[in-house]
Parts: sequence; C-alpha cells; structure tokens
Amino acid sequence: MRDLITEHRLNIVLALILLGGPLVAHFAEEPFLVTLATRATILALAGVGLNIALGLGGLVSFGHAAFFGLGGYAVGIIASHHQNYEPLMTAPFVINGTNQMLVLWLVAVIVSGLAALVIGALSLRTSGVYFIMITLAFAQMIYYFAISWPAYGGEDGLSIYVRNSFPGINTLKPLDFFLLCYAVLMVVLLAQWRMTGARFGMALQAVRQNEGRVAALGLSPYRIRLAAFVISGMVTGLAGALYADLNRFVSPSMISWHLSGEIMVFIILGGVARLFGPVVGACLFVLFEHLFGSFTTHWQFFLGAALLAVVLFARGGFIGLVAGRARHD
Amino acid sequence: MIEPVLSLSGLTKSFGALKVTDSVDLDLVPGEIHALIGPNGAGKSSLIKLVAGELAADAGSIRFDGRDIAGLDQPARARLGLTRTFQVSSLIPEFSARGNVMFAAQARRRSVFGFIRQVNRDKELISEAEQALDRVGLSDRSGVRVSELSHGEKRLLEIAMALAMRPRIFLMDEPMAGLGQEGSSRLIGFLDQLRTEAPILLIEHDMDAVFQLANRISVLVAGRIIARGKADEIRTHPEVRAAYLGEDQA
Repeated sequence: MRDLITEHRLNIVLALILLGGPLVAHFAEEPFLVTLATRATILALAGVGLNIALGLGGLVSFGHAAFFGLGGYAVGIIASHHQNYEPLMTAPFVINGTNQMLVLWLVAVIVSGLAALVIGALSLRTSGVYFIMITLAFAQMIYYFAISWPAYGGEDGLSIYVRNSFPGINTLKPLDFFLLCYAVLMVVLLAQWRMTGARFGMALQAVRQNEGRVAALGLSPYRIRLAAFVISGMVTGLAGALYADLNRFVSPSMISWHLSGEIMVFIILGGVARLFGPVVGACLFVLFEHLFGSFTTHWQFFLGAALLAVVLFARGGFIGLVAGRARHD
Repeated sequence: MIEPVLSLSGLTKSFGALKVTDSVDLDLVPGEIHALIGPNGAGKSSLIKLVAGELAADAGSIRFDGRDIAGLDQPARARLGLTRTFQVSSLIPEFSARGNVMFAAQARRRSVFGFIRQVNRDKELISEAEQALDRVGLSDRSGVRVSELSHGEKRLLEIAMALAMRPRIFLMDEPMAGLGQEGSSRLIGFLDQLRTEAPILLIEHDMDAVFQLANRISVLVAGRIIARGKADEIRTHPEVRAAYLGEDQA
C-alpha cells in the first residue's frame, strides 16, 4: 500500500493544526479551548522527552513523571520564594527566588537532568523488565518524598499565585502562553529532528537495534544510553516547568506513576520513535479526556479501547497508520 | 623472529565444569592468516570472544602490541584495533548497507556526541563507506536496508564494516559461512590480499579456504590446541586426522 503522505509533510500538517486550532478558538472567544490546547502541547513535550529514551533508545522508562515533577517543583519552589519575598538560601550567599521563566526553565532542566543522570546511571545497569521496575521505583521514591515534605505543601501541593513572566509576553493571556509553549515544543522537536539524523542519533538507534555490534565497534552502549536518558529527562523536566505555570500549581500527582503511564500512552498512541508521535498522542489524549469526559467519568474506557486498537492493529500508532513505516538511511 | 601483534598465553575459560578454553597459547604475526580449526563445540568462537573481550578469561594473558589487554572491556579493545566479524551476521537491521558502514567509520572516530551535523550529508563518512562497500563488491546495494539484503550480502557487509574500522588485526568468525561456491572463492581472493593490511585470526569450517589461505593453522579440540603448523603438516598430522579430518577423509 502506498503511504497517504510522507511523514515529513504529515508533521508539517500536524504542526499547523496544533497552531491553527487555538488561534481559531481564540478568535471565537473560547479561551478554555486555548488552555486545553496548551495542556496538550505541554503533555506532548513531556512525551517528546520520553520518546527520545523510549523511541530512539529503546529504554522503556516507567518513571518519567519523576522528571516532569522535578521540573514542576523546581518552578513551584523558586516562584513561591519569590512570592513570599523569602530568599531560597541566605548562607553562604543570598539566592532569591525569581519569576522569570527563562531562569526557572534553566533550573528545571538542570535539576531534572541531574536526577536523570543519577537515576540513569544506576538503572541502565539493568535492562528489560528490571529497567522498567527500577525507573518506576525511583519515581515512587521521589513521589513519596514530595508527599512527606511539608515545607512545600506536602500532599496538598504548592500554589503559584501569579503565572511567571517571560520577556515581551503577557503570560497571563491564554493565547500568549499557548504560543510560548508551542514555540518551545517546536524548538525541541526541531532539535530532536537534527539530533536523530546526526551522529548521536545514529549511535542511539544502533544501540537500540544491536547493542553487541556497537560494543564491537568500540563504542560504549552504556554511555550512549545514559546521555540519551539525561537528554530525555531534561526535556520532560522542561515540560514539567511549563505545566506548573499552566496550572499555577504543583502537587505530588505530577510525579505519580499514573502520569508516567500516561506519557507512555501518548507515545504508543501517536507512534513510537516517530517525531510527532507524542504530539499526536497527547492531543488525542486531551481530546478524549475532554470529549468523553464531558458525559462520563469513565472516559478512560475509550482511551483504553483506542490504545488496544493501536497495539493490535496499528503498531506504528497514528503516524504509522497514516505515513507508513519509518524510513532510515 | 617477527614480533607478534597478538599473543595469547595460558588462556583459560570455564563455564562451570566445562573448560571451553584450556591453557591456549597462540600468536598472530603481521602479514599472516592464522586459521583456527576444530570440530563443532571445540571452543573456537569462545576463543574469539575472549580475545575480543566479549568474555572475560579466568586465567592467562592476552598481549596486544606488547601490552596486556586482559583487563580491558570490549569497546576498549575494539578501539585499540581488534575488530571482529560475527559468525551470525550482526548488523544494524534498520540502517541501510551504507548506513552500517558509515556507522563503523563513525565509531572508528569515537564520535558519538554530534548533535547538529547530519550524517547523510557527511561526505567523509559517505565516501569511506562507499569505498569499503566497493571493495567487497556491494556498491550497487549500498542504499538497501539490511533487513532486505540476502544472507551472502550480509556476510560481505560484515567484512565492509570491519574494513571501515581500519583495524590492526581482524578476528573473523566463519566469514564464508553460507556464502556459496562463487562467493567463497571471491572472498578467499579478497582475504588473501587483506592479510597485508592487517593479520587475520580466522575461524573457518571451509577446509579448502583454510588450506588455501592460512600461513599457519592451529587445531582446537575440546578447548585445547592439539596441533599447529603449515597446511601440509596439519593435513597429515595423525592426531588431527583422528580428531577432526578423519570423519571426512577416512
């Protein structure tokens, strides 16, 4: 069967739909729909992060909510200090909180990257089911830590009263904030696309397909995987930072294993290892949640049915269904 | 005497009670093909794995260029220039033939952390890959995905990848396996010249190939070297005939 459309063109169409939908909603004065699209965009970014580890590297991490949550908490904690005019630390020198997104994002990315470095360094000594379980275990550790840490809200979470700011943009306006998130997503996707075709991308895909061969060629599979895991964690952490600002709230639920599972669902729905797989997946997820959620609380039944259909009949997910098998050179 | 590039002494490896490698001494000098023959299960592939670093030896030393490399892992040994080909083709299935060889050329440069420059526009890697493919006669298949190559083509691609590594020594595990008459004789001609670039430790079941190519032959039976010598000496060696050749030549 000839493919309906090349993957590259499909990606452009999808990017335009994701941009056009909220624009239309904005001019139709439906700010809620803009916010819904923002949510999809941010969740997509979390999925893009996991897709680097899971799709390109074959690393089935069941603990990516840890990075999502750490990114979120990094923003929440620093912003709450800023709101309360309390410095983050006073000795040996004073560090004040901030409400500048650029700084907050940087911290979120560094924190989640460091966490991914530690978790990855330990977890990547295992593989298969053990890897899945150990990543889950690390995420659960962080989850329970967040719950039991009263200084930053514990189980109740932490509120950010005013959305943090970004130079030249009024982040309080739904459309502006959407466009900011959309731009971040596009920049990350562009970077991932370059990376996939560059030497690192080749090494990572080779490790997924034939680890022994890569070692025989003199490269260390462990280091390649670890680097991918860190990059993956950083991207998901950045998504967590945006998510904190979207909801103006962070809570341990951002770190729960449900969320790890949902991020994985985005990828499977959209297409594993496909650039726009998580974007499609997250949009479908949010759409399902909104459409079916409005008349039944059991909307996840429909999501489950869709997931089952994809796993049974369309292994390449949505992208695979429309654009056919992935091409490599 | 010429200084050997690779020399094994007293190399021993057991899996439980089974000694797959039993105090093996063996060396490889520049310009030679040293063939390792022996019946199935004699431990030939295990020996290659010990040298390549896929398995860790229990005892004995592996010297490469006068340096003990027994403590190095597989990637480290590959970086020193010990390049192995696999008995069962071990390739990157979703890459094209050229993609596989380009990746080998990339690995030789120890280059992993490139994030911007696109590999498919990398003229250096491409031309190196095309050259290696050309040498093994796979030029016209360079854009084909590995999963769509024939068995024989995959065998040749293994060799092309090894070439792109520009190794100091080749460790070849049955390169002729399943190549067919014509393919084998072409590969024999190729290996015959290749030995001048880097010596080859060759495991091979095809006795015609071994007797044509090998400067020296070591016979491995149950993990032990029972005989070593030139082709004629091995052909007539009584123990070898009994243990190994005897079955076909009785």
